[in-house]
Amino acid sequence: MKDTEPSKNEREFLLEALREGARIDGRKFYDFRTLRISFGSDYGAVEVQLGNTRILAKVSCEVIRPYADKPTEGFLSFSTEISPMASTVFEAGRQTDEEVLVSRMIEKAMRRSRALDTEGLCIIAGEKVWSIRVDIHFLDHDGNLADAACIAAITALMHFRRPDVTVVGEEVTVHPIEQRNPVPLSIHHIPISVTFALFDKGERMVVDPTYLEEQIMEGDLALTLNVHKEICALSKAGGMPLELEKVVQCSKIAAVKVQEITEQIEAALAADKKKR
Amino acid sequence: MAPPVQNTPAEQQDGEQYESGLHVILPGDLLPPTQSQDSEDVVMAPVIKLGPGLQPMSDESIVAVKAGILQSTASANRWWVQSNQKRYVPSSGESVIGIVRGKTAEHYKLDIGAAHPALLGVMAFEGATKRNRPNHEASILGDLLYCRVALANKDMDPELECFNPTTGKADGYGGLEGGHVFKVSLGLARRLLDPKTLVLRLLGQHIPFETAVGINGRVWINSASASHTILVCNAIKNSEYLSPKECESMVKSLIQKM
Repeated sequence: MKDTEPSKNEREFLLEALREGARIDGRKFYDFRTLRISFGSDYGAVEVQLGNTRILAKVSCEVIRPYADKPTEGFLSFSTEISPMASTVFEAGRQTDEEVLVSRMIEKAMRRSRALDTEGLCIIAGEKVWSIRVDIHFLDHDGNLADAACIAAITALMHFRRPDVTVVGEEVTVHPIEQRNPVPLSIHHIPISVTFALFDKGERMVVDPTYLEEQIMEGDLALTLNVHKEICALSKAGGMPLELEKVVQCSKIAAVKVQEITEQIEAALAADKKKR
Repeated sequence: MAPPVQNTPAEQQDGEQYESGLHVILPGDLLPPTQSQDSEDVVMAPVIKLGPGLQPMSDESIVAVKAGILQSTASANRWWVQSNQKRYVPSSGESVIGIVRGKTAEHYKLDIGAAHPALLGVMAFEGATKRNRPNHEASILGDLLYCRVALANKDMDPELECFNPTTGKADGYGGLEGGHVFKVSLGLARRLLDPKTLVLRLLGQHIPFETAVGINGRVWINSASASHTILVCNAIKNSEYLSPKECESMVKSLIQKM
């Protein structure tokens, strides 16, 4: 069933609750849902659970020939296809607007902010470079796919280890991970996206909207920052206009959230490293 | 204070459940299972009624079509499979909460969470005649209605009605004004229909609220303030897998935080 518009009662109740300063799941306006990060047995396999939203990211790599005009640049690509597994609103093979927005968002946050050192992926200039591919699978959709996907993608990249290589003249040897310790990718910074849902002409903003909130909101604002409070991406795709002060206020809130999430990611990675 | 439970006039599962130990049954299993000696008396029972999850076959054997726990009444003349799922499959006589999605000259089209939209005749309200249509014209898209499944045939769209066919009265069926609706698993919805359910009783001691439970997994809650409604909704959602003791402490901690 594609028709999933919320009922009038839900719509009115959500707005009434917001005006009383409460959210339907009992959170405060600027609270994220519980974030759970778990790792698979392979390097670079991460499952992120943000409330009931669930995302699996898997990193893989291969050696390919670089572009002639950028002989030392490696590749970083993302595949974000939302299947009907996430929610019945998605159809196989047909891209929804949401899917386009999510993949653009990740592209902007990760690639254009140069979070990954692509020069470091070069093996022999003009001949061989690493191509890193991040597959993002959306397992369950309860709102805020973009933020959850962003957390999953960067955590997977940080967790990933590529096979070690030795170069003797023109000869390249790729050592399987069983033989030699694989090497981590070099990550410059950790971009984290924070999405705000806007209600009542921007009077009320909430962080990390659920699916119901996303259906009812008047507009949204997504900010991607890192711990150094550098804004990597900002997206305001349609919806109602927003005053400048509000944007500044959002970025201040986002900075705090980014700090918290980064600490959680690092803690999860450290705990996993200890176990291996 | 006791909650004004606007409970369903729906068929409640017979209270006298017959516990012959847990008998797990899988789709394709034949009844009565040959290895179990306890069910000898089933064969003796002259007429038995089959509930959800059981299908009679052409050769008079009975086959399970759902995984779950086989249950029966004490007199062993009613048998069904108790299971939990999220997708609602309509069956006649059940009370459901639907969202109005469309309207034609003769029907409202409702989303009841099943695979197909359900039809509610514009005349299927208390005291409706061709001349005297009850004032449900205001009921338009997005409204919540509490209805009874009148007809559920696997080859047709389900049909609904907003009155009790035995009395012809509304009996609590009709529009649900205000409040909030949320989804739970069908198993939890079925348990909530019992007014003795622990979580509803505990909440009712602290907060007065109104509730309507649709067996399609939709639960509607209304109370004096939004914060109370939110608390009740979350307590019910959290209660599904809690033991009575855990449930008590969960409700207590939520009330204290308020």
